[in-house]
Amino acid sequence: MELIQQLVNGISLGSIYALIALGYTMVYGIVRLINFAHGDVFMIGSFVGFYAVTSFHVGFFPALLLAMVSCAILGVCIERIAYKPLRNATRIAVLITAIGVSLLIEYGTIYLRGAQPEAYPSTVLPDKKIEVLGVTVNSQSLLILGVSIVLMILLQFIVHKTKIGKAMRAVSHDAEAARLMGINVDNTISATFAIGSALAGAAGVIFGIYYTKIDPLMGIIPGLKAFVAAVLGGIGIIPGAMVGGLMLGVIESLVSGLGYSLWRDGVAFIILILILIFRPAGLFGKNVREKV
Amino acid sequence: MATLKRTIGFWISIVLALILFVVVQVLISGEILNSFYVNTLFFMVINIILAVSLHLIIGITGQFSIGHAGFFAVGAYASAIMTMKLQMPFALALLVGGVAAAVAGLLIGIPSLRLKGDYLAIATLGFGEIVRISLLNIEYVGGASGMTVTHLTTWPWVFACLLITIIVIANFTNSTHGRACISIREDEIAADSMGINTTYYKVVAFVIGSFFAGIAGGLYAHHFYIIQPTNFGFLKSFDILIFVVLGGLGSMSGAVIAAILLTIVSTFLQDYPETRMIIYSIILILVMLYRPKGLLGTKEVTSFFKLRRAVQGGIGNDNKNTVA
Repeated sequence: MELIQQLVNGISLGSIYALIALGYTMVYGIVRLINFAHGDVFMIGSFVGFYAVTSFHVGFFPALLLAMVSCAILGVCIERIAYKPLRNATRIAVLITAIGVSLLIEYGTIYLRGAQPEAYPSTVLPDKKIEVLGVTVNSQSLLILGVSIVLMILLQFIVHKTKIGKAMRAVSHDAEAARLMGINVDNTISATFAIGSALAGAAGVIFGIYYTKIDPLMGIIPGLKAFVAAVLGGIGIIPGAMVGGLMLGVIESLVSGLGYSLWRDGVAFIILILILIFRPAGLFGKNVREKV
Repeated sequence: MATLKRTIGFWISIVLALILFVVVQVLISGEILNSFYVNTLFFMVINIILAVSLHLIIGITGQFSIGHAGFFAVGAYASAIMTMKLQMPFALALLVGGVAAAVAGLLIGIPSLRLKGDYLAIATLGFGEIVRISLLNIEYVGGASGMTVTHLTTWPWVFACLLITIIVIANFTNSTHGRACISIREDEIAADSMGINTTYYKVVAFVIGSFFAGIAGGLYAHHFYIIQPTNFGFLKSFDILIFVVLGGLGSMSGAVIAAILLTIVSTFLQDYPETRMIIYSIILILVMLYRPKGLLGTKEVTSFFKLRRAVQGGIGNDNKNTVA
């Protein structure tokens, strides 16, 4: 029973990782950029949700929506200001800029509101224990899982059934050819950042409710782990990010369940290095031959 | 005579360095510099060693490593264990710190240097975090509360390490091996097809870089009385990265100048850590947007004086963005 309990916890945690990992993977798929600032967009989403709940006394869903919209705007701003001028620059220049943006958001937030952590109000969602076959499931984690699944289905719908989704797939396949076919590449990239950031914002609110404590540097570790999840599933591949996120969440919970909770953060990075060594393309990726 | 002519620049810089050494030593022994300035000076030199060692990996070989604080930590802890737990002399401790970091560099370098660009960056980042988390969990070295270390770092030690680091890395860069590394930075596939064993040279650069980061770690540990895993996080790696990027990827003197400037800036902003990080990050973004090659590009300071042909670190054409 203990094992199943850990699995349930792992799936809730994993769905948060999956939501963040989706943003990483979409952005990487389209502009080949590791958006280090993504974890901080997640943090901002968490704080927007927190202030919406505590200052404006709105419910869970309006707060979630507000966080998603603000994060989408933030994501587009980051892309337009910091990354767009570097579209043709070297990869290393863009990567360093991403690190700079990440630090700026973190310490800008600390500068504006201080480094003190905040506690998410526990009244946002009803907290009931539900017994299913001897396993205690928290009603919050069920709702969290539900919201994540709905968002992922929505994302699949957007990517596969809408015009912008088609444009996104075209640009990630070949940006030059897409431009020749009359697709507005810049707008498509912005849309990708907006969708990815909105998912990170939603993950931020969910994270806040699940773990109650939020602070301006909270984005670093979940951000890195979500990146690990994206690499695990094969970066640039949307279903890969979902599976990778869930797997990572479950593995972490099992490790804590076995009594090595202090090593939890280390495990994610060990998985990362192993996967990079043995299967750099990820579980769902195909090996691409390099051409000169 | 010809040899003397060729090496005159080298000897002049050695003499200048020795004069600097004597002057600072007199200032310290005469207590003209108070302990605050001495502290800043030591910290500056440690930063220079770190910057130069990372410069070899990123600037010369073009391998994007953002886990340098991991090697720094390995060196710091290894040397601290030598002096505190095993009562070994300081010189041996420094050397062991360097060797331990070099071994760590070898272990992480051989598998991960097959990766390129972004993936390598993330793998090294992951390595840095693994080191930090491991140190947190090892009771022998004090876990989260850290390890107390006696103060053994003095100016002659710091200066000697700095001088050795700079001479070794400058000479490495100008040797056959250094040229091979530069060719990897310029175009790895082309280098490979010219018969250069790219993996070998990448690992060599990585190991040498880690060795000196370990030495810097030893100096750091014996200067600050206490070492804690939090001193060697992710932000420390970024600090070192910023020195190299700001100075110019491929310019050793650039890295040194950036390390000096930024150490002074961060000493003044010590009481306002957030402001310091905001300034750092804005500098980083603006440099990348408007001058992606950094302050000096791949040029060296000496190339402005035309004492000798501009050879260090770069191949004439420095308008090209060369890395990755």
